[in-house]
Amino acid sequence: MRDVAIIGVGQIEVGEHWDTSLRHLALGPVQAAQADAGVAQADALYVGNMLSGELAGQEHLGALVADFAGLRGIEAIKIEAACGSGAAALRVGYIAVAGGLADVVIVAGVEKMTDMLGHDTTAALALAADGDYEAFLGLSFVAVNALLMRRYMHEHGYSHQDFAPFAVNAHKNAVNNPYAMFRFPVKAERFATAKMICDPINLLDSSPICDGAAAVVLAPADMARSLNTAPIRIAASAVGTDSLAVHDRRDPMVLDGAIISTRRAYEQAGVGPKDIDLFELHDAFSVMAALSLEGAGFAEKGQGLRLALDGEIGIDGRVPVTTMGGLKARGHPVGATGIYQIVEVVQQLRGLAGKNQVKDARLGMAQNIGGSGATVVTHILERME
Amino acid sequence: MADNSDCTALKPDRDVGIVGYGAYVPRYRLPATEVERIWTDGKGGTPIKEKSVPGLDEDVVTMSIEAARNAIARAGDVNPALIRAVWVGSESHPYAVKPTSTIVAEAIGATPHTQAADWEFACKAGTEALQAAIGFVGSGMARYVMAIGMDTAQARPGDALEYTAGAGGAAYLVGPADEALAVFEGSFSYATDTTDFWRRAHQHYPSHGGRFTGEPAYFRHSLGAARGLMEALGTGPSDYAYAVFHQPNVKFPQTAGKQLGFTHEQIAVGLLADDIGNAYAGSSLIGLAAVLDVAAPGDRVLLVSYGSGAGSDAFSLRVTEVISERQKRAMVTQDYVARRKEVDYGTYVRLVGKLMLK
Repeated sequence: MRDVAIIGVGQIEVGEHWDTSLRHLALGPVQAAQADAGVAQADALYVGNMLSGELAGQEHLGALVADFAGLRGIEAIKIEAACGSGAAALRVGYIAVAGGLADVVIVAGVEKMTDMLGHDTTAALALAADGDYEAFLGLSFVAVNALLMRRYMHEHGYSHQDFAPFAVNAHKNAVNNPYAMFRFPVKAERFATAKMICDPINLLDSSPICDGAAAVVLAPADMARSLNTAPIRIAASAVGTDSLAVHDRRDPMVLDGAIISTRRAYEQAGVGPKDIDLFELHDAFSVMAALSLEGAGFAEKGQGLRLALDGEIGIDGRVPVTTMGGLKARGHPVGATGIYQIVEVVQQLRGLAGKNQVKDARLGMAQNIGGSGATVVTHILERME
Repeated sequence: MADNSDCTALKPDRDVGIVGYGAYVPRYRLPATEVERIWTDGKGGTPIKEKSVPGLDEDVVTMSIEAARNAIARAGDVNPALIRAVWVGSESHPYAVKPTSTIVAEAIGATPHTQAADWEFACKAGTEALQAAIGFVGSGMARYVMAIGMDTAQARPGDALEYTAGAGGAAYLVGPADEALAVFEGSFSYATDTTDFWRRAHQHYPSHGGRFTGEPAYFRHSLGAARGLMEALGTGPSDYAYAVFHQPNVKFPQTAGKQLGFTHEQIAVGLLADDIGNAYAGSSLIGLAAVLDVAAPGDRVLLVSYGSGAGSDAFSLRVTEVISERQKRAMVTQDYVARRKEVDYGTYVRLVGKLMLK
């Protein structure tokens, strides 16, 4: 296997892009990533996306985006793994370059969610859950997470207000990210009175429905230095899975998929949680942030929330998370989110994260979760010295 | 905007103005907390304090007649038989086929030598009628035209719109400028094909595009019309004593006003949504009535409607010397607002006929 490096990144502001079509959304970041990498051509394009068929009336995104980006003829495929589609696409791009099947590979994530009414989008997102045993019975995706949050509070003795630090931290960091959807701070007091969505999940527990696209360019690490001045090595790329339905899990309060995925990643990179300088986790809902911290080995079961309450998740904390706003405040355009996370880790490792720079960041981890934990994709990135 | 667009203000050859005006608001009020209690267990949050609800025997016809009579009372000595058109803009015409306007025209004594028609353009049907009235009078075709915006707004039970969909509106008797209590300096319209809110034939309740009703719909058109008019007239926010916007809730008109550079004080007098809700086609026009109730000679007023589908009409008015003696000739808008009887959700369901018994 060859070492793989990220040599270019691109993203557009997350938001409500009513005037921009799906293909146009993808085009900007792809071209920006190409320009950043300094390469005009590529051997393959992998597009992460979850809901284009349901919400944009369009499948077949590989060829569509390739053609629109002026890359007609190259290998191009759409990759789907629910909300983990973006990182899953990166995983496929990584396999292609690491295996020597391709040299320059573009991986894009794109999602357009705001052209439909809220209930249509909610119904579409439920496709991430178990169709026969969860969605069929009327559980929306937010309802699945509400059950998890309620259980977490019950088992571990937390109040709803205890989850506030995740939203406060995410919004604080988004202020300095020009690509974030919500560039304003929120106070912990506002958390208590935020509009209820699905008890106990309120508006500030929840990531927004939005549009977005991001892209990266991959190349073999030994080629990377000649193409780009600041390549970032992919030190680990791993996928772990679990049952789609929460009730089929060994323990609903444990993300086995995250444990498997993270363990594989740590083994590949030869590191452990204490070596990670920042962690872009999948805070689709605040309870997911807590469970992710536990699944990735940063806290014992039931203690993920404690890390946040102890102030350890800030830029200067022991485990900086959502350093550019996370899913909560940068936004969660589902199939694009995994690539946004990678772009942000690259920014941190390049030392280009501005006011949100994690000091001396050398190793960054990104974890993208599909569904309520059935697909967990973990990448560890390393600054090449 | 295309290069060949005409960006001048709409203005007739002959100056015209408002000769009389009158508001109407039913007396029943449904607190938004009642909708919240029924539909979200009190946890949904409320966009306004309360909305007006029509009584069992009230509809757009009866309410339009009330407002039109107030307008004629304020006009002074106008003979209703000289009103050559009676136009009613609404989303709640009682009949699908048969005009509201003929009933109103009959009731106010404008028949039979009059032109009667109903107007439809979501929440700007009222200002459509007003703008057409300016043309009718301004061309010399008619001495007086009655333009009315009135609604008993519909909203699907449980929908976000149910908190605000209210009842009310205002009537304007348009006539020659030398008889007017406020003169039209010009108007400006801004319309595109934008599907943000609609109700198809045979449907009880409207549908809407959620957040899409904001920025690309309400704000784009309201700001487009307001800016277009002020640019064409060479005016700015500081030239106006008051500004009135379509008010689907409290937040939208405040945000639109702020983005245009208006202060809270300029907007507050004409902003009634917190107390009566969104009277759809009557919404911006009743806001104007509340402003005219307290305006002083020389005051300039900016009126901006918004109708889904979508478009805005903006008007610039200058209040004349005769306003002071006309204001008290009929019940003022704030007295209608203050005249309230609170109802609970069950009574509201009965009053507006939401319960289908067969």
